[in-house]
Amino acid sequence: MSSNRVIEKLEILADAAKYDVSCASGQSNRKNTNKGLGDSSGSGICHAYTEDGRCVSLLKILLTNYCIFDCAYCVSRKSNDIKRAAFTVEEVVDLTINFYRRNYIEGLFLSSGIFHNADYTMERLVRIAKKLRLEQNFNGYIHLKAIPGASEELMKEAGLYADRLSVNVEMPTAKSLKLLAPDKNHQDVIKPMKYLKNEIIGHKEEKKLNRKAPVFAPAGQSTQMVIGATRENDFEILKVADYFYQKMNLRRVYYSGYVPISTDNRLPIIGTPVPIIRENRLYQADWLIRFYGFNVNEIVGDDQPHLDLDIDPKLGWALRNLHQFPVDVNTADIEMIQRVPGIGFLSAKKIVTARRYKKLFPEDLQKLGIPYKRARYFLAFSTPFSIQKDYTPIQIKQQILKLQNSKYKNNFSGQLSLF
Amino acid sequence: MTTIIYDGTYQGWLTAVFEIYEFKLKEVEFVRNQSTTNSLFATKHYVQSDETKANRVLKGLEKKLSKQGVTAIYKTFLSEVDQSDDVMWRFVKYVFDSTENIENDIGNSAVWDVKKAVKKVRRETHRMKAFVRFQLTKDDLYYAIVEPDCDVLPLIMNHFKNRFADQRWLIYDAKRKYGIYYDLETVRIVEINFQANVNSSKPLMEISDEREEFYQTLWRRYFNSVNIKARTNMKLHIQHMPKRYWKYLTEKYPDL
Ligand code: SF4
Repeated sequence: MSSNRVIEKLEILADAAKYDVSCASGQSNRKNTNKGLGDSSGSGICHAYTEDGRCVSLLKILLTNYCIFDCAYCVSRKSNDIKRAAFTVEEVVDLTINFYRRNYIEGLFLSSGIFHNADYTMERLVRIAKKLRLEQNFNGYIHLKAIPGASEELMKEAGLYADRLSVNVEMPTAKSLKLLAPDKNHQDVIKPMKYLKNEIIGHKEEKKLNRKAPVFAPAGQSTQMVIGATRENDFEILKVADYFYQKMNLRRVYYSGYVPISTDNRLPIIGTPVPIIRENRLYQADWLIRFYGFNVNEIVGDDQPHLDLDIDPKLGWALRNLHQFPVDVNTADIEMIQRVPGIGFLSAKKIVTARRYKKLFPEDLQKLGIPYKRARYFLAFSTPFSIQKDYTPIQIKQQILKLQNSKYKNNFSGQLSLF
Repeated sequence: MTTIIYDGTYQGWLTAVFEIYEFKLKEVEFVRNQSTTNSLFATKHYVQSDETKANRVLKGLEKKLSKQGVTAIYKTFLSEVDQSDDVMWRFVKYVFDSTENIENDIGNSAVWDVKKAVKKVRRETHRMKAFVRFQLTKDDLYYAIVEPDCDVLPLIMNHFKNRFADQRWLIYDAKRKYGIYYDLETVRIVEINFQANVNSSKPLMEISDEREEFYQTLWRRYFNSVNIKARTNMKLHIQHMPKRYWKYLTEKYPDL
């Protein structure tokens, strides 16, 4: 193979894959027991950060950007006039191994345009994963994109070699998908997701009975939605995400702010800013639902279909629910402490540990690294060191925003003014 | 005031702690071998590193602390924070003075200082797991050079051993002039004096494997390709990858 052609292919196929945000390697448990190469028993490491501040942890590429479909939001769509390339199976294996051995990456994230048909493409993805595992003794992380419409046999094989599989819904609703991706239909996405869910559960059960049973996608499955390309509001988006978490056992739902790449009039025009802040708010809301015991309806609802852009969803919830505050950190349950704006679940844990030794005062919270200035509107200490005034939600919001602005001004003012 | 002079090893420091109790020394300050002491009027006490004494101190600590609490002292030792010996001593003294486990009593300044040091070490350990960049030599050795803020090589040994079990590798700390070397069986600490010109990620043509440059170029191109210009945020980038680490990061090295 010619070195220069490989370099060029890598540039094309990495560029085409970069809009897929699901990069983080999930928690897997593939230990290096065969004295082979690699170990994915811990949580993934970010080996580098791009200049846009995102974590680089996997070699994220497409096998090919040739595609028979024409999804309007996608750079690889058939009608787009771009350079096309395709890797061979051997090239992807070689790249992965050599990057991994130099400690550049945690593993491979492999997706693809649809070449010929779904099975043809999926078969190659599976072959790469299989070679890495069986021929190269590779225990690093592998995330494969499951191509909608591929056969169940191939899906099953994929699960035996990959740590994580993902089927992208791309659009939050069936209606949008129909509008922008006429070749696809929503069921093509839901069907493989269901299949994978059942396989994952089935293999886990079997593993409990028989330790030697094979693992199947130990890091579970995830999906991705493009946001800002179509009109769905945050309530609709989060309801869909919640459905995936509850009904499909997904590990992660990724939200990808649409980067305008097309003059198609069904889409936002080129030059429309990427909805970075909205994307960030969705991730925060998603986090609250998964780890903080919040219900979707506590965060957004019919009366309030969008997340606030100027404040995070936890603060938004607290301001609407001031009757649940103040919280006394010395006596409250951990569940309630972690609902205080500014106190995350790690901080809440620290508080609960520290309060066993002494009664906590504001300076102790500061020592624990908790942004007390922000949290103080929601806190009470049983012997008040200063009497809290009765603020209205709007007053609190303004004071906290003032705090944030002095801290983040340079960072965010440019972006905030876009809205 | 007694000035305690020890050999600068962790075992030596633990021995010193043993002797503080043995000789009932009251106020102490620690000095590592090489450095000169500046307190003219202090009595000097020389410590000979001693495994038995060190182990007895460790045993004592294990009775009063969790496993994490014990390693926190070692991590503080590796942290190289200002006055680390003194921080460790204040902590250990507090441990032995108390009847309960005090490792989470953050109201106490010694506990707090240890926590801060441990945090610094933890961050540096993470960074090294991330930022080590191996280069392959002609004789199949993967080597990397680093200059971590804290002395963390002992803490990353196992991570690299588990991960790169089937390749020979060497990670060299250019600041502290020693390395860890894995020979496909075990990891050893090695003292080598690398030539002064081995101080960047630029591959040394004479010793590099013939494909090394190719993979480095691929990696750099990859790194640049995945960046989304519309989302550039250099501030965040530098926060995650501070400039002092760039020197050894392949992706930050200009294309050859
Ligand atoms: S099928 Fe996938 S690669 Fe092809 S155009 Fe649609 S989104 Fe893009």
